[in-house]
Amino acid sequence: MIVIIDYGAGNLQSVKNALDRLGVPSVITDEREVILKADKVIFPGQGHFGACVTALKEKGLFEVIREVACTKPFLGICLGMQLLFETSEEAVGISGLGILKGEVKKFSPGQKLPQMGWNRVQSNDTERLDGAFYYFAHSYFCIPEDEECILARGFYGESFVCAVAKGQLLAVQFHPEKSGSEGMKILESFVRGTTC
Amino acid sequence: MLTKRIIPCLDVKDGQVVKGKCFMDLQLAGDPVTMATFYENQGADELVLLDITASIEDRHTFLDVVSQVAKHLSIPLTVGGGIRTLSDIRHLLNAGVDKVSLNTAALKTPQLIRQAAENFGSQCIILSMDVKRTELGWEVFSHSGTVSTGKNALEWALIGQQLGAGELLVTSIDRDGSQEGYDLELIQTLASRLSIPIIASGGVGKWEDIKDVFTKGKADAALAASLFHFNGCSVKQVKTLLAQENILVRL
Repeated sequence: MIVIIDYGAGNLQSVKNALDRLGVPSVITDEREVILKADKVIFPGQGHFGACVTALKEKGLFEVIREVACTKPFLGICLGMQLLFETSEEAVGISGLGILKGEVKKFSPGQKLPQMGWNRVQSNDTERLDGAFYYFAHSYFCIPEDEECILARGFYGESFVCAVAKGQLLAVQFHPEKSGSEGMKILESFVRGTTC
Repeated sequence: MLTKRIIPCLDVKDGQVVKGKCFMDLQLAGDPVTMATFYENQGADELVLLDITASIEDRHTFLDVVSQVAKHLSIPLTVGGGIRTLSDIRHLLNAGVDKVSLNTAALKTPQLIRQAAENFGSQCIILSMDVKRTELGWEVFSHSGTVSTGKNALEWALIGQQLGAGELLVTSIDRDGSQEGYDLELIQTLASRLSIPIIASGGVGKWEDIKDVFTKGKADAALAASLFHFNGCSVKQVKTLLAQENILVRL
């Protein structure tokens, strides 16, 4: 079973609808036991970095996510990608999950924020990511310490990392569930297990 | 690079898509799910569903429509019309909606914008405003463009941005349904003064109007209904023409 983690942040139904379209069973849950038993985990997220860390802690999910992110096929989406890192300019003094080393930074002034819409990404993965358009809705982006985990970049006034991968973990800044057929390809390869 | 967005808008009444000329004179156009998927396949970047009756009784019918459309759509879905409370927003997000647009309720209770942004994130809160040129300048009208508020459009937009709106949807009442083109001066003024993305609406009659609202109006996205519903113009055709003018679009 694929589990979509519910911690009160963002539009989870949108992710579930996308999996339904692929004909893949999934469940939206905030229960530790269900998450720990999952075959694969999707960690979506929208809103404020600090508020989401607080919500995860209140629900007792902080440690659970740390565990499953390192042991199961795991997909972080948008803020669900940012929360994997150590710190964010959006919530100074609040620690993220720290599963990936690095920080989350706000786009430099001069661009409209949030970056809202379709942007084309560059990647060495020519099968799926490279040259494809994905839907973004964010004002902050991740700066991984470990360059080797970088899978794709986009450009919005400056170059930014929009996909990382490490072991069974994949995290994307864009919304694959809202990115038409190109986004569905990402979800499909995750749920069918062809990349992890 | 970020592309300019083309957003078809479906006005929904009694579970069906209709399009009003100057918010009146409804003409039947079709089934919401059919039209939504049709536009996605044509290359629409997002889709907006507006509940134009928004009476309490019709609310459930509309939620059903929204939920059906969301199930079939893999591009962002925005819903507007009759959204008054945080609970209304939550119901819509739970139905699979990605963003909501607030209009009359935000004018009545500006703090709703802040609360909504804090609860759900700015990225899903669009401030929508209907604007008309009056002796006061660009004046904001509430209740689907029927009630004057005395508020200046630029001032209200800046307040909305400050309160946490993630995007601004601007509809020119004077141009809506006229097919004379967007109000470029209005859009350009707002786009140059705000730091959030602007979605232009009202008045598009031909593809060049969209080109103008991107180049001269500096809009980030263009909303259109009748251009695509009735004028035999496809989203794909418009985008291809825009690309030939060196406007960045997703093709």
